[in-house]
Amino acid sequence: MEGMESVAQVTSSLASSLATGRILFLLIHLLGIVCFAYIVAKRLVPLLRAKPDLRFDHPWLRLGRVLQFWLGQWRQPRYKLAGTLHIFIFAGFILLAIRAFSVLLVGVSENFVMPGLAGKAGPIYDVITDYAATIVFLCMVIAVIRRVVFKPARYAVPAKFGKAHTADAVFLLSLIAILMLADSLFAAARAAAPAQAGYPVEALAAFSLPWMLKNALLSASLSTLGRLYFGAYLLHELTFYFLLCYRPFGIQFHVETSLFNIYFAKLDREILKPVRWGISDEHLDQVKSFGVKTFEDFTWKHMLDFYSCADCGRCSDNCPANAAGRPLSPRFLTIKARDYSFQHYPIFGPGKNGTALVGNKDSGSIYTEDEIWSCTTCGACEQECPLLVEYIDKIVDLRRGMIDDGNVPQSLQKPLKALESRGNPYGKMEKKRADWVNAKQFQQACPVKILDKTNGAGTLYFVDSITSYDDRMQSIGRATARILDHVGESFGILGAAERDSGHEVRRFGEETLFLALRDHNVEAIRASGAHRIVTADPHAYNALKHDYKDVPAVEHISQVIAREVSAGKIKFNPVANDSSVYTYHDPCYLGRHNQIYDEPRDVLDAIPGLKRVEMARSRDRSFCCGGGGLMLFYEPKEDQRMGVKRVQMAAEAGANVMVTACPFCMVNIEDAIKVAGLEGKMTAIDLAELVDQQIARDCPDLKARSIAAQASEVKECVALSAK
Amino acid sequence: MEILVCVRRVPDTSENEIQLNSAGNDIERGDLVYSINEADNYAVEEALQIVAKAGGTVTVATVGAEDDEEVLRREMAMGANRGVLISDDAFNGSDGRGIATILNAFVETGHYDLILTGVQAEDGGAQVGGMLAALLDYPFASLVTSIEVLEDRKLKISREIEGGQKEINEIDLPCVLSIQTGINEPRYVGMRGIRQVAGVPIPTFHAKDLGIGPGAVGEAGAKVKRVDYFVPVLGKGAEILQGSREENIDRVLELLEAKGGLK
Amino acid sequence: MARIFAYIVHRAGVVDDSAYELAAAARQIDPAASLTAVLTGWGPDLDAACNAVRASYPEIWKIAHEALAYPNAELVRKALLQVLPGASIVLLAHDHLGIDLAPGLSIKMNAAFVSDVLSIARVEGDNLKVVRQEFGGQASTHVHCDARAGAVLTIRPGAFKPLANAAANGSVIDKSSDGILTAGRRYLETLVAETGDVDITRHSILVSIGRGIQEKDNVAIAQELADAVGAVVSCSRPVVDAKWMEKSRQVGSSGKTVKPKIYLACGISGAFQHLAGIKGSPFLIAINKNPKAPIFQVADVGIVDDILEFLPELTSKVREMQGAATR
Repeated sequence: MEGMESVAQVTSSLASSLATGRILFLLIHLLGIVCFAYIVAKRLVPLLRAKPDLRFDHPWLRLGRVLQFWLGQWRQPRYKLAGTLHIFIFAGFILLAIRAFSVLLVGVSENFVMPGLAGKAGPIYDVITDYAATIVFLCMVIAVIRRVVFKPARYAVPAKFGKAHTADAVFLLSLIAILMLADSLFAAARAAAPAQAGYPVEALAAFSLPWMLKNALLSASLSTLGRLYFGAYLLHELTFYFLLCYRPFGIQFHVETSLFNIYFAKLDREILKPVRWGISDEHLDQVKSFGVKTFEDFTWKHMLDFYSCADCGRCSDNCPANAAGRPLSPRFLTIKARDYSFQHYPIFGPGKNGTALVGNKDSGSIYTEDEIWSCTTCGACEQECPLLVEYIDKIVDLRRGMIDDGNVPQSLQKPLKALESRGNPYGKMEKKRADWVNAKQFQQACPVKILDKTNGAGTLYFVDSITSYDDRMQSIGRATARILDHVGESFGILGAAERDSGHEVRRFGEETLFLALRDHNVEAIRASGAHRIVTADPHAYNALKHDYKDVPAVEHISQVIAREVSAGKIKFNPVANDSSVYTYHDPCYLGRHNQIYDEPRDVLDAIPGLKRVEMARSRDRSFCCGGGGLMLFYEPKEDQRMGVKRVQMAAEAGANVMVTACPFCMVNIEDAIKVAGLEGKMTAIDLAELVDQQIARDCPDLKARSIAAQASEVKECVALSAK
Repeated sequence: MEILVCVRRVPDTSENEIQLNSAGNDIERGDLVYSINEADNYAVEEALQIVAKAGGTVTVATVGAEDDEEVLRREMAMGANRGVLISDDAFNGSDGRGIATILNAFVETGHYDLILTGVQAEDGGAQVGGMLAALLDYPFASLVTSIEVLEDRKLKISREIEGGQKEINEIDLPCVLSIQTGINEPRYVGMRGIRQVAGVPIPTFHAKDLGIGPGAVGEAGAKVKRVDYFVPVLGKGAEILQGSREENIDRVLELLEAKGGLK
Repeated sequence: MARIFAYIVHRAGVVDDSAYELAAAARQIDPAASLTAVLTGWGPDLDAACNAVRASYPEIWKIAHEALAYPNAELVRKALLQVLPGASIVLLAHDHLGIDLAPGLSIKMNAAFVSDVLSIARVEGDNLKVVRQEFGGQASTHVHCDARAGAVLTIRPGAFKPLANAAANGSVIDKSSDGILTAGRRYLETLVAETGDVDITRHSILVSIGRGIQEKDNVAIAQELADAVGAVVSCSRPVVDAKWMEKSRQVGSSGKTVKPKIYLACGISGAFQHLAGIKGSPFLIAINKNPKAPIFQVADVGIVDDILEFLPELTSKVREMQGAATR
C-alpha cells in the first residue's frame, strides 16, 4: 500500500500543523490568564473596602449546600423550562471543563493527555463530552430563540431601569455556541483525518455535533483538515479567553462567582444581619453610622451577591411589591448596584468612592426612598434565587441608613414615635393593652390571667399589639385564649407589661428602638416564669424565635392545635355551610420564613365536611397580603394592592372563604375583599377563629352559657369579616 | 443666620382621652407621655433647613424645669446646635406675658436674626410669639407656612388665612415668626440620635442671669391665671339614632328627602 | 367698668359675622359699659362696613388710612394705639388677624391677654372669669383675668350668639389721622386657593369626611355616596394634611367656609376649627364610631357607627330607591 499513510502519520500531520501555532497559542494563554487575573483582582477591590461579614464558619455545612444548590442546581426546577435548560447547560459545562483544559493544553504540549483519561476512561469521557457539547449547543439555540422570539416577561426591562438586556444575552449565548462549535470542529477534524489515509474514522458519539461535523468533513483534504484543525483550535482558544475575560463585565460573572456565592451564603436565613458584624448589641454606640448609605457600607458578601446575579428575573417575577406596581424590583436592586460598582470601580482607572445610594437620581443616587420602603420582607425573592442572593438584609441595611439620617416618611414617623412612647404603633395607652380580655361574656367564660412575678403560669400567650388593640383582631385573641383553655393549658398574658414585639421596627431599620422593645419584653417574659410561649401572630412568632435571645421556646397556635388534634384532645363539629369552599393563605412569616405549611392544613382537613382548595401560589410560593406591622402605616405608590391580587387568586382557585393565620393578613385581606368588590362573595376568617367556632365542646350547663357567648362573639366577628 | 426657636414640652394628647383628675383641679397626668409641641417641632425643622442653605446656627430654648430638658435634647438630636433651659422657681405660674418677658430677657443675652415659635401649644394661647415680638419691638407674623430668605436682611413669608388662601408678606430681620404645622416635613429623630447628644451640656439660665426682677414674672406678675379644669355641662346635642343600621339608614334617607336632599 | 372696644374685620365692604358676636360678648361682660366698634381701612369699603355695624354698636370709630387698605396687623396695631385709651377692654375675633394682632397689642397696651374665649363665666369689677379650652378641646378651663390695666380678649368665632334686637343706631366718628404708617412687615399679595375641580362652597349638600376615612382608597366610598345623592365630597384638615384630598376641599377656619343645606359629617370629630367653616346652620347629620365625639354636640342627628360600613350601605339603599323610582 504505497502512498497510504498510517493513522499515526495522519494524526501527526495534524499535530504538526497545530504545532506551528504553539508560540501564538502560548502567548494567548498567557495574555488571557493575565488579563483574567487582573480583571478579577480589580473586581475584588471594592470587596476589600467593604464592611466585614462573618461567613467562614461551618465549612462542612457550607460545602453541603454547595453540593445541593450549586452542583445539584436545587432551585432551578422551580421554573421548568428555563430550569431544565440551565441544568443541561450547567451539567454540560461541568463535564466539558476537563475537555476544555485538555484542548487548551494540547496546543502547547502536543501529546498532552489529561491524567486519568489515558486509558479506557478517555474514550468514555469523549463520548460523554461529545453529547454534552451537542446538548449545550442545542440549549444555546433554544435559549436564543426564547430570548428573541418568545421574550419571557420576566426578562423585560422597564423603561425606568434602562435598555433591554437582550442583545448582551444573545451575544453571550452565541459565544458559548461558537465555543461548542469550535470544540466540536476541532474534534471532528481530527476524527475525520484518518479517512484521508483510507482508514476508518475515529469513532465519535453518534449524532453528536462533532459526529455531524466529522461526517461533513469526510471528503476534505488533509491540508484542509489541517487548516480547520488549526483554525478550530484558535477559535476555541480565543473564544474561551474572550469569554473568560468578558464574563466579569456582566451577568455571566456568575459562572465564576456562583460557587463562592453559595458557599458563603447565609446558613440561617432568619437571623437578620446585625448593624455591624463583630459588634455586639451592647457596643452599638461605638458605630458611628448605622446602615448602608454609600456603596462601601455594603459587606463584601453583599457585593459578591451583586456580581453573582444572573439577571434571571425570578426574584422580581415573584415579588409582590413588583406585581403591585410599587417602585421595587429586587432584580434591579441588584443590577443597579452591580452597574454602580462597575462604574465606580472600573477595570481601568481609579476607583471613586461612594455617593449616597438612596436619594435623587440627578445627584447620582441609584435607589429612590419609595423603592426601599416598598419591601414587605416577605422573602419570595430569596426563596426563588438560584444563586442564593440575599435581599432582606440589604433592604434592612438601607433602611437603617435612612433612619440614621432622619430620612423617614411622615406616615411612618407617627407610629414609630408611638412605639417609643407607648410601646404600640397606635399610641394607645399601655394600661389598655389587656382590655380585650374584659369583653363581658368572654371574661365570664374564659378569664385570662395577667402574668407577673407573683402570678405565673407555664405558658405565656404573647398577644402583640394589633391583636391587643384592634377592635377586629381582638377576636383572634379571644379565640386563641378559648382554644388554650379548651385544651387545658395553664396560660396567661403579660398585659400592660407587654410591648410590641418590634418585629417590623427592626425590619424597618430602627434598630435602637427594636432593642429597647426587645429588652423590655425579655425582662417581662422572664418575670412571668413561663417556660413556653404561644402566639397567634406570625410576626411575633418570628421575632421571638429568631430576633429574641434567652426566651423560652415559642410555638404558633396552629402548631398547638395540630398537635392537640392528632392527640385527640380537639374534636370538631362538621361545617355548617355546604356551599363554602375554603382556601388557606400561607402567611409569609409562618410559611416561607418558618416552613410551617402543613400544620394549618392538617387542622383544616380535620374539620369534617370542610372543602378545601389550594391556590396556585401556595406554600413557599405564597403571595404576600401586603405586609404587617409598620407596613400598615406606610402609604406606598402602587397600581393595585397586593391584598386585592391575593383575593382574586383565591377567587380563581374557586374558593369563597379565605383562611389565614395572621392578624395582619386578616386586615389586608378583609380590606381587599371590599376594595375588590367581592363583598358577599368572599369572606375571610382566622384559623384560630375557625377552630374556636368548630370545636366540639362537651356541654354541661356551665359550658352551655359559654358556648352561647362564644357563638355570639364569633358570629359578630364573622359578620364583621363578611362585610 | 442665627436662629432661636422657643419650644415647649406638652402632653401627647392625640390618642389619649384627656381626663380630669380625682380632685378636679387638673387633668390626670399620671399616664400621660410628653413630647415637643408639634408646631414647635415644625419650627425647628424650618430653622434647620434655613441654616442648611444660608449658614448659621440654631438655638432651641424653653422656659421650664429639668423635665423639659428632654425636648431640648431631642431637638439637638435633630440638628440644633445649642439647647438652653431657662428655669427658676420665680418663673412658676407665669402667664403668657410673663413667659414672653423671660424670653425677651434671654434674647437680649445673644444676637438672633430670627426667632421662631410654634403657632400654639396644646395647652397654650397662641400668644407668646406675638408678645415677644412686641417686647422686642421686632416685626411679627403668625401662621407662617413658608419662609424664603431674601437679600438685604429680609424674608418673604406666606401666612395661612381663611379660605385656604395665602397672604404673602415681606418682613425685615430681625423678626419673630410663629410657625404653622405642615410648613415642612420634619426629619425623624430616634432614640439613637438622642443618645448621641446625651452628653452635650445644656446650660440653665436663672432669673439673676437674665436680670429679671421679681414681680414682672411668676405668679405675682401674672394677670391671667388658670384656676381649674372642668367638664362642661353638655347641651342636648344631637338626636342619636338608636336603631339597627338598616333602620338608621332608612331614617337618614327620610331626613335627606325631607330636607330637600335627594335628587 | 372700663370702656369696651371691638375691632371689626371686614372685606370689600362686608362685615364679618364675628362683629355681631363681639357685640354680644361685650354685652355679657358689662351691659352698662360704653361699647365702641373700631374699624380700619380705606375708601368706600370702609364706609360701607362702618354703616353695616351701626345697628349693633352705639359708637363706631373709623380709622381711614391708605396704608390700612389691607389689614396688615403691624400697621393696624400702630393705628389702634394712637386712638385707644388705656385700661380699656379690647375684643377681637380669634381669627387669622386676631391671632396676628392681639398678643402684641396687649403688650403695647400693658393689658392682660386671654385668647380664644368661649364664654364669660363671671365679672366682678375688674376681674373677669372666662372659659377656654385646651388640648384640642378635650379639656375646659376657667381663667381669671385681672383687667385693672385693661384686657385684650380674642373671642372664638361662633361662641357667642349675636343679639336679637340690635337697634343701637350708632354714630360713626372719624378717628383718622394723617401721618405716615410704616412697619417692619409689608403686605405684598394674596394668593387665592386653587378651586380645583370642585368648588365646595357652591353645593347645597356636602358629604364631608374626616380622619375616620382612614386611608386614601376609602375616599371613593364617600365619593360614591356623593354621586348617588347629588352632592360633592368635602373634608377636614387631617384629610388634606395626609394628602388624601386637595386643599380646595377643606372646610374650616383655614379652609373654605360653606353654607350648605345639608352637611353629612362622616368620621369627623368636630374640632372647632372645622366647625368654624360651616355657616348658616345646615341640617347636620354626624356619623362617627366614637360616641363621645364632640361633633355629636353640634349635630342635629347622630349615628354611632363605622362610616366604612355605613356609607356603602347607605349608598346602595339610595341607588335602590332611585332604581325603583325610575321604573
